[in-house]
Amino acid sequence: MALSQYQRALLFVGLWVILYALLEPGVALLTSTLPLAPGTRLAEAIRFFLYEAPRVVLLLTIVVFGVGIIRSYFSPERTRRILGGKNLLLGNVLASMLGIVTPFCSCSAVPLFIGFVETGIPLGVTFSFLIAAPMINEVAVVLLLGLFGWKTALIYVATGLVIAISAGFVIGRLNVERFVEDWVYTIKGQDVGLENNPSFNDRIQAGFTAVRDIVSKVWPYILVGIAVGAWVHGYVPEDFLSGIMGKSAWWAVPVSVLIGVPLYSNAAGIIPIVHALLEKGASLGTALAFMMAVIGLSLPETIILRRVLKLPLILIFVSVVATGIIIVGYLFNTIY
Amino acid sequence: MHIKVLGPGCMNCKTLEKRTLEAIHDLHIEATVEKVEEYQKIASYGIMRTPGLVIDEKVVSYGVVPKVEEIKALILKHNISV
Repeated sequence: MALSQYQRALLFVGLWVILYALLEPGVALLTSTLPLAPGTRLAEAIRFFLYEAPRVVLLLTIVVFGVGIIRSYFSPERTRRILGGKNLLLGNVLASMLGIVTPFCSCSAVPLFIGFVETGIPLGVTFSFLIAAPMINEVAVVLLLGLFGWKTALIYVATGLVIAISAGFVIGRLNVERFVEDWVYTIKGQDVGLENNPSFNDRIQAGFTAVRDIVSKVWPYILVGIAVGAWVHGYVPEDFLSGIMGKSAWWAVPVSVLIGVPLYSNAAGIIPIVHALLEKGASLGTALAFMMAVIGLSLPETIILRRVLKLPLILIFVSVVATGIIIVGYLFNTIY
Repeated sequence: MHIKVLGPGCMNCKTLEKRTLEAIHDLHIEATVEKVEEYQKIASYGIMRTPGLVIDEKVVSYGVVPKVEEIKALILKHNISV
């Protein structure tokens, strides 16, 4: 008998719950059978890896499934319609929030940009979307949730939103329309009108598809990231980083951002490493700034955007966002 | 029949091109497949997500990579409506 889509979803969630419940005792059993002398660096590193890696991959699976279903309610076409005719500030707020839930891949950044501009959505609003979409994604949230706890995850999402809203607003006020490649304004795309209204079954299928696509792509990064994190956890002495990435080093935040911008990694690879850095004396603001710079601003994406934006606007975009990230970094170093 | 695969050359676009060729082969039909990589041209079709599949200048799918069977169905559907 073939299972209906609902039954498949229930089965999937049920299996997930059982696996998650079995995880801790299972790993405890496994580590007790391994010939690891407790307290040694190697034992610490391996234990860390065995606990964290399967847990994060499991968390990722369930969140990606849920997000896949949620995303089936959104599309760039729909988002464009919602954003049409909104004024600057409200538009920036909406665009940033929609940036989180609208399916987006940086390879589609250019067609999306053109599609937005073509229907008259202000540049600043478009930028809010383009900043939020890569920076705040489910993979980042899962890793923060799994490794740091919900408070840090919430802080990351909230500050990411604030940066996307304000950076977009600032760019909108700078009147930079002349720095968009001229041909962009001449394009009149035909109306494709293929939007269909998926059934709930299709939406569940979208969840499974997202799991297959994203988890299969991301898990190697997570394993490598957690392995590096485990190594740092076991081998790097406590407080090793407090001198260079701690609060006392005032220059740590801008330097982290400067290093982070050209560095490109997805959230899956960088967050476990940042987690370990934090443990070794880096301050939250500095770590957060580094993470946001790596995930939110990437060289490949700016190169792609260069096709539609002239160089001055690329530089404005990167520096406005980087400034926002630096401010957030200092803010958190002051608060915590 | 003239089929265009719209996409700047990412992994998905290559997969779509491969599957389209497979679908044509399976269906034993006469068709040419062209890859459109220029953003200007891609955008003129009005899609905001790549890859896009265009049959005789009509967009039939975008933002997803349809399976070979689905591409066959799209081609057949297009043939009927012509």
